[in-house]
Amino acid sequence: MRPIRQHTGRSIPLRRGDVDTDQIIPSDFCRGLSRTGYQNALFAGWRKDPDFVFNQSDRSDATVLVAGPNFGTGSSREHAVWALRDWGIAAVIAPSLGDIFTRNALRNGILAVTLGKPVVETLLDSSESDPGFEITVDILRREVRAADLRSSFEVDSRARHLLIEGLDDIDETMRRESSIRRYEESRKYWLPSLGSDRPSIREPVGGLT
Amino acid sequence: MGGTTLLDKVWEQHVVDSGGESDPDLLYVDLHLIHEATSPQAFEGLRTAARPVRRPDLTLAVEDHNVPTDSRVIKDPISLLQVGTLRRNCGDQGIELYSHGHDLQGIVHVVGPELGFVHPGMTVVCGDSHTSTHGAFGALAFGIGTSDVEHVLATQTLALSRPKTMAVEFVGMPSDGVTPKDLMLALLAKIGANGAHGYVLEYRGEAIRATSLEGRMTICNLSIEAGARAGLVAPDEVTFEYLRNRANRPEGVAWEDAIAYWNSLRSDPDAEFDRTVVVDVSDLTPFVTWGTNPGQGVPLGGVIPEPRLLADPAERAAAEQALAYMDLSAGTRMRDIAIDTVFVGSCTNGRIEDLRAVARVLGDRRVAPGVRMLVVPGSMSVRREAEREGLHEVFLRAGAEWRLAGCSMCLGMNPDRVSGAQRCASTSNRNYEGRQGNRARTHLVSPEVAAATAVTGHLSAPADLV
Ligand code: SF4
Repeated sequence: MRPIRQHTGRSIPLRRGDVDTDQIIPSDFCRGLSRTGYQNALFAGWRKDPDFVFNQSDRSDATVLVAGPNFGTGSSREHAVWALRDWGIAAVIAPSLGDIFTRNALRNGILAVTLGKPVVETLLDSSESDPGFEITVDILRREVRAADLRSSFEVDSRARHLLIEGLDDIDETMRRESSIRRYEESRKYWLPSLGSDRPSIREPVGGLT
Repeated sequence: MGGTTLLDKVWEQHVVDSGGESDPDLLYVDLHLIHEATSPQAFEGLRTAARPVRRPDLTLAVEDHNVPTDSRVIKDPISLLQVGTLRRNCGDQGIELYSHGHDLQGIVHVVGPELGFVHPGMTVVCGDSHTSTHGAFGALAFGIGTSDVEHVLATQTLALSRPKTMAVEFVGMPSDGVTPKDLMLALLAKIGANGAHGYVLEYRGEAIRATSLEGRMTICNLSIEAGARAGLVAPDEVTFEYLRNRANRPEGVAWEDAIAYWNSLRSDPDAEFDRTVVVDVSDLTPFVTWGTNPGQGVPLGGVIPEPRLLADPAERAAAEQALAYMDLSAGTRMRDIAIDTVFVGSCTNGRIEDLRAVARVLGDRRVAPGVRMLVVPGSMSVRREAEREGLHEVFLRAGAEWRLAGCSMCLGMNPDRVSGAQRCASTSNRNYEGRQGNRARTHLVSPEVAAATAVTGHLSAPADLV
């Protein structure tokens, strides 16, 4: 992974709350096998409306999405993040974000951050009135900058570290192999296992009550 | 120092490496459930990096999201490719898979528990947000994205920060005809679709103790609809009794040891929660949704609220958009809303108790003319049990379709979809725009309300049937 310290780009406003991952990418498009190629599936339902912001020509090079509260709520589908990225989005700013969505976004190098509602409102206003309005999301300094605005955010420390250093999450965890092995030796002995030594599946006694 | 919560106890039991004050902890995963829709890219990632699956013996796979429920044959080429990929991946890695057509196949959150793979105090993850279901056992269970699925396949761990805790105290006892689904739709209406964001919910109170394990699964399943990380119910006799009849539970001495441990899995009396929400359930009535998020619900006897009266401008806009999409107007009585389709199923309400409730309400009545009713068991085991009890005869006599197991009409990913802009009373968990099909309009309801609605053709409670 290439290190990401900050991103600056034109903004795209989506003034709407509770935009769920089923809207970001309907489930029908989640039957693929790859991590790429989802740009046309992004907001597939809403993009049937020619006036929808993601259809406007003066937004086609936007990279910073500013959204309403609870963006990315709902399903765990990482396809939502892939679709945003494939369309060109590199950062998402909202007053609140779905938990799984945030994790998925950061894992894919999309800087998903939350700012206070009034700040997001200001960004939405500016973005709506000026398609050229640029926003910087700085993960190193943990702050968003735009025009004369400067606002800080919190971000998961591990995700930030991985992004800034350009590290692979799994590699990082695999370095703790000895801890994992030690833990495995201490697990409760009766925990269920699907290994070959497990008892064969018995019919439930007395049915599925 | 106050006591510790159930979440703390389960969490601490699974810390592989502590992150200290500021970093996430590395947590061990006891059970990893996978399915065809969110796993192919994870296996592909492993292959690219030449990493093996660390613990195939702690991984269980099913096919549920994209499979048809009217045939054991998958005809759709895209679905077939996705399912075929899962089969190949599981074959290559030695992962147990219950394929479409297998006796034990079904929805991942129905199959795991019914086979006894989920025990109190475990950590359970799955590339599916409704993994919260398994919290009903007092297990810490949550949904993850595909990158995390890959991480778990490779390391059997996840790096996580400990969430905040919220106690949901249900006080009083619900009256007859008020179900776990109603309790949750009422909670969601109270705190909103994002009201538990960042929290793990622990459901407590007399009403929870009196709820069956299956009902607790319905409750925990819907935790994610409040934006919560997970839901939990402390294990008790109800839990142990459920497990006693399951394959894959500990046996003999192990069972005794397990029970002793499981009995310690409850929040201490002096444990402090970050937040407490109290819901009086004694005067609750059946609840239904009118909008496009699960928090937009009212009692069935109520009317659609007036968006103008909502104080928060964002909520007002959301309500207006929802009503436009749903083609409904404020002031309409919920009981006057006519329904085209009734869907009984999903990981929320597709278990045997749900099907029994539907059959009980239907009795020897028939589905109203023009209404299509689908009854989809959550698993093939549920289907067999329902047929053993003769429930399928009730459904078929009523004019409903009796299907094979799968996610079916819960999401528009397989052939079962609400057609066009039709209106559906659904026992599933999401009423989002287009969730059940392109322009589908969804009203979330309990199994009992679904059955009564199928009979009358408009939103109804069992008490409305004469
Ligand atoms: S039944 Fe619905 S909510 Fe449950 S796992 Fe399937 S698609 Fe997801």
